[in-house]
Amino acid sequence: MSRPKPLAGRNYGPAYSYPMGGWFTAFFILPIAIIVLYSFMRKGTHGGVVWEPSLEAYRQMLNSSYARLFVRTLAVTLVSTALSIAIALPCGYAMARSRAQTLLLFLVIIPFWTNSLIRINAWIAILGNEGFLNETLRRFGLITESLPFLYNQRAVVLVLVYMYLPYAILPIFTAMDKFDFSLLEAARDLGATKSQSMLKVLLPNVRAGIVTAIIFTFIPIFGAYTVPLLVGGKDSYMLGNIVVDQVTKLRNWPLASAFSLVITVVSTAGVLWMMGTSAREAARLKAATGTKQEAGV
Amino acid sequence: MKGCDVSIEHVSKSFGNFHALDDATIEIAKGEFFSLLGPSGCGKTTLLRIIAGFETPDEGIVTFDGQNIIGIDANKRQSNTVFQNYALFPHLSVYENVAFPLRIRKAPAGEIDRKVRDYLHLVQLDAHLGKKPNQLSGGQKQRVAIARALINEPSVLLLDEPLSALDAKLRSNLLVELDAIHDQIGITFIYVTHDQSEALSVSDRIAVMNQGKVLQIGTPFEIYESPATEFVAKFIGETNLFDARVASCAPHGNGEFMVDLDVPELGRRIKVTDYDETQTGQQVSFTVRPEKIRITLEEPASNGRELNVFRGVVEEPVYSGFQSKFYVKLENGTVLKVFKQHQNYLEDGPEIAWKDEVFVSWSANDGYIVEVINQ
Repeated sequence: MSRPKPLAGRNYGPAYSYPMGGWFTAFFILPIAIIVLYSFMRKGTHGGVVWEPSLEAYRQMLNSSYARLFVRTLAVTLVSTALSIAIALPCGYAMARSRAQTLLLFLVIIPFWTNSLIRINAWIAILGNEGFLNETLRRFGLITESLPFLYNQRAVVLVLVYMYLPYAILPIFTAMDKFDFSLLEAARDLGATKSQSMLKVLLPNVRAGIVTAIIFTFIPIFGAYTVPLLVGGKDSYMLGNIVVDQVTKLRNWPLASAFSLVITVVSTAGVLWMMGTSAREAARLKAATGTKQEAGV
Repeated sequence: MKGCDVSIEHVSKSFGNFHALDDATIEIAKGEFFSLLGPSGCGKTTLLRIIAGFETPDEGIVTFDGQNIIGIDANKRQSNTVFQNYALFPHLSVYENVAFPLRIRKAPAGEIDRKVRDYLHLVQLDAHLGKKPNQLSGGQKQRVAIARALINEPSVLLLDEPLSALDAKLRSNLLVELDAIHDQIGITFIYVTHDQSEALSVSDRIAVMNQGKVLQIGTPFEIYESPATEFVAKFIGETNLFDARVASCAPHGNGEFMVDLDVPELGRRIKVTDYDETQTGQQVSFTVRPEKIRITLEEPASNGRELNVFRGVVEEPVYSGFQSKFYVKLENGTVLKVFKQHQNYLEDGPEIAWKDEVFVSWSANDGYIVEVINQ
């Protein structure tokens, strides 16, 4: 394959990417570099850092209460992500097969038009002691005392799932939309039950969409701080809240930077692991069928 | 013999206001290669989907060996389908696609491997076990689909226009292979197609359908040579078709009748033999196949046969190698289609060219009265 020669004799292609490259350097790489740098500095008394290399921030992090917080954050994130995917799969399927596809897509996107804080407060209005849910239950005489829906771990998971569900639905819908549903009929014809045809034919073919959905929900949920702050209780703090507290209240910028790095590293590791699993799975499949073929010839 | 009888009894199906199938009744014998033939929208695919279990009929039943299968899930039926778009699983290799039904059944590994190889050998794909569907050509994909549909050893194989996405040459090759596979495994094949030449060439019997109705069921010979309705005559092969009125009908011996027909478009009375008696004054359709008409430069001798002879001018000769088509304009302006098969040089006769004045003629035995329209 020979590449056609550019007409002007020189290829200016890369030049077009410089503005983008400049933008990313200025607003993505540099801030991260600053965070990395700060995390290895000594804490300034009124915020900021003292320019003196130190591992103090990381030493402070190795603390059993922070470890518990890390585990809790990870657990809440995994549960919320799993729930989002579990809800997004049937949603995406229904949307892909629906005739009112545009309308449904529209409905998924509408929440983005409203500020997230307002949407969280809407949940407070629904779940609160004097909220819509408790009032309704009281009116039907099902309860006399308000049920504590808010300010606990379940409320955090519920609202997190609500907030990030569209990020799970959209990539899954896109993958499902490309799926040829006659394959399900073929699977049924060949003896598969309905659930077998979903598991063995539909899911493997929308795998890429599911991986994207997991990445799109896992990362923002892992770094979330407004949701646990507003609808969580004392025991609902997540890593994101620690970062905010260290920056704004405790003025420990190195520690905040160190926690930020943990969030970034864990998220990135998660993404790489997910992508690696896909690649390994593909390679395994290829190798498996490849050996069978050799055995046959 | 493997395979089973398939009986379709008074099956109707509507989608909203659209009557996809209207009281279809067809008996298919064990081991038959049976085709459902008709234009798109005639209900043939709907009927196939009902047999496969993807649609439920509004009325009527379908039986396999006398057992009603309506209500049985598609995955429990003794039939497998070869889909028009192949419907291969894109995430699985050729080997795994064919193994799919056995893995679902949790067959022992040894059996799976042996059978997959056997069936891929049957469709001549031994060298492509590890490929993914997107690495295969259209013809190869269809072979995989056939192997996958056969590996469960169904009693009935349903084929939904399996060759329509392939080019002409490949289509005829695969058709011959399909026929060979049918002969080899002997199960019932139900083959849906809109291509009359496909249906004629491989089917034991054909059901011609239009607008949800079964118009005629018969062997390819019967369908072609004595079409039951005007639609069948027009749809199967090329033909000349005219409205006509019975002028007289008299017994002719051998249970045949000699019918005189007034054909306004031909401008005069013609003779045609028929097995059914018709009444004077009855409105009918008359058809004569182009290859049954002789085209000559000299007036043909009747030699004692009842010959219908017309004079005309060659308006458009179309040479296509083994035969030529002539559009002959009769004296009254009507254009007749005539096919002349090219034989060896001596028997072929003088060449007929554009603007030649010719005689076209056909024997009374070669015309047909179809779809007797009652007044």
